[in-house]
Amino acid sequence: MTEHTPHPDLAPPASAVGFVGWLRSNLFSSPWNTVLSLFSIYILYLAIPPIISWAFLESTWIGDTREACADTAGACWVFVKVRMDQFMYGFYPESEYWRINLAFGLLIVLGIPLFIKRFQHKGKLAAFILVFYPIIAFQLFSGGNFGLEHVETSRWGGLSLTLVLAGVGIVASLPLGVVLALGRRSQMPIVKSVCVVFIEFWRGVPLITVLFMSSVMLPLFLPEGTNFDKLLRAMIGIALFQSAYMAEVVRGGLAAIPKGQYEAAEALGLSYWKSMGLIILPQALKLVIPGIVNTFIALFKDTTLVLIIGLFDLLAIIQQAFADPDWLGFSIEGYVFAASIFWIFCFGMSRYSMALEKKLHTGHAR
Amino acid sequence: MSESENASGKMQVSDDVTIELRGVHKWYGQFHVLKDINLNVHRGERIVICGPSGSGKSTMIRCINRLEEHQQGRIIVDGTELTDDVKHIDQVRREVGMVFQHFNLFPHLTVLENCCLAPIWVRKMPRREAEAAAMKYLEKVKIPEQAKKYPGQLSGGQQQRVAIARSLCMNPNIMLFDEPTSALDPEMIKEVLDTMIELAESGMTMLCVTHEMGFAKTVANRVIFMDGGEIIEENEPNEFFNNPRSDRTKLFLSQILQH
Ligand SMILES: Nc1ncnc2c1ncn2[C@@H]1O[C@H](COP(=O)(O)OP(=O)(O)OP(=O)(O)O)[C@@H](O)[C@H]1O
Ligand SMILES: [Mg+2]
Repeated sequence: MTEHTPHPDLAPPASAVGFVGWLRSNLFSSPWNTVLSLFSIYILYLAIPPIISWAFLESTWIGDTREACADTAGACWVFVKVRMDQFMYGFYPESEYWRINLAFGLLIVLGIPLFIKRFQHKGKLAAFILVFYPIIAFQLFSGGNFGLEHVETSRWGGLSLTLVLAGVGIVASLPLGVVLALGRRSQMPIVKSVCVVFIEFWRGVPLITVLFMSSVMLPLFLPEGTNFDKLLRAMIGIALFQSAYMAEVVRGGLAAIPKGQYEAAEALGLSYWKSMGLIILPQALKLVIPGIVNTFIALFKDTTLVLIIGLFDLLAIIQQAFADPDWLGFSIEGYVFAASIFWIFCFGMSRYSMALEKKLHTGHAR
Repeated sequence: MSESENASGKMQVSDDVTIELRGVHKWYGQFHVLKDINLNVHRGERIVICGPSGSGKSTMIRCINRLEEHQQGRIIVDGTELTDDVKHIDQVRREVGMVFQHFNLFPHLTVLENCCLAPIWVRKMPRREAEAAAMKYLEKVKIPEQAKKYPGQLSGGQQQRVAIARSLCMNPNIMLFDEPTSALDPEMIKEVLDTMIELAESGMTMLCVTHEMGFAKTVANRVIFMDGGEIIEENEPNEFFNNPRSDRTKLFLSQILQH
């Protein structure tokens, strides 16, 4: 009998680890997989270099007239650059830009503590932001008080208008959607039918119609002389429209909560609103975060439709710039810029929702 | 547990009736689930309810805290009659704790938060006090070290003990158990039953739907056998198991004692 000498641990074969190992197990694990991988790589090879060369390598960034771009094959970012103020602020008076900057800066400063783990008073701060920030922001945007020049909503525009529309839409449609969803599941027949009719009505009409009606038809029905701000009407239209979608998303979450949760809350003596607020909604909303964020993203992009009622959101103001006789022929740059801005915000929301889901995960569900 | 301990337990039972069901009927649509249920439960009494599946056991005890509504007859709990009046229902629910087959812990809250929630929001207890009380009950059910975990991170037996602690935090006079051990693996049943036995010894009024006949023999003052929505037989455990009167009881006992 020979004596047993244990082998030292062998390093894993090089082909199983590192970059090569990853390639092997993910891209070239089977013949079919290899074909697909090679095909995708070929497509990327066709598409990526021209895009990069157009957007960066051969593009023009310097200058402030059309002539600067006279002999470039790539993108003329000068167009976007000289128009940047308008793309951001619309027709807002230039001397008052600081008010918009202050409003958004304030939101960021107020919002930062909400993302700091050790900050204790998140709930109170969030409530403060929800209640007081809109008032402050409205004063800053609209002016008319405290010696600030009054700026009519028709002069608001660009990215700042898009953010205002989306922000108001998001903040209003979530609670409204929750209430509608609870109403639709209510035992009370009147509440239930009101909610069903509301949801089905708003889901059944296209947003364009809603906006068009709110801007063209509504004034016909209102008593003569009532002046009801166009932007406000658009906001209400968007909020009501999206709240119907939100209601259905939330209802899906409510339906997924096991009956036992309702029963346990009832058995402990919690009232309807307390059991909803403390037990059911936190779980239901957490379940449907992807659906909620999906609705938010749709809402964010749908704000571009306000251009049909003559509001100049980011996309509308960019399109409006194409008509400038000095800058004819730069619509691709404009659309690419608009797309990148929308993409950044929507992608940001999507990543944030994924992080939130992960953070709220509390072990396997029973 | 020996006979004498059981007997001493029985002495704690007082004469005053804490739960009274009189001529209770219930229907699910056309289906007659509860048929003329009459039952008096005395303070400190421990009652075990058994019977075949679908016999209405769960329905009956869920009527006691109005998770189910009865349509005929009267249910009076601790002097409060259960009617449509929400105040009465809240009053009763504050006095009656319930433990479910599937625990029904709140998965988004920690064990401690599960326990504190109702005392804080229903009894308006200050948070600090509620947490101290909750820790006391978690110690009683022998899992104080799990207080900061989420229910999803505990075993079934531990979860059920948390559920018991959560009910106890409301300081109930009466505890209802609906098959508290039937969703558990055999090795976890004992830890939950031990907790329940301890609770019984402290003089709590208990109604348990269970098929754990050992538990019935040790702690029950009375065993109730239900079938087809009726109370077929009720007796003290010795008599019930050794001299069942009705044929249906005999059949049921022969079936479950085989296992
Ligand atoms: N919500 C309901 N709607 C209609 N019928 C129901 C409902 N809940 C229970 N039932 C019926 O009522 C009867 C009694 O149910 P219950 O849950 O009280 O039985 P159980 O004695 O607890 O049975 P198990 O031992 O299986 O839990 C069953 O036949 C069941 O199908
Ligand atoms: Mg049952």
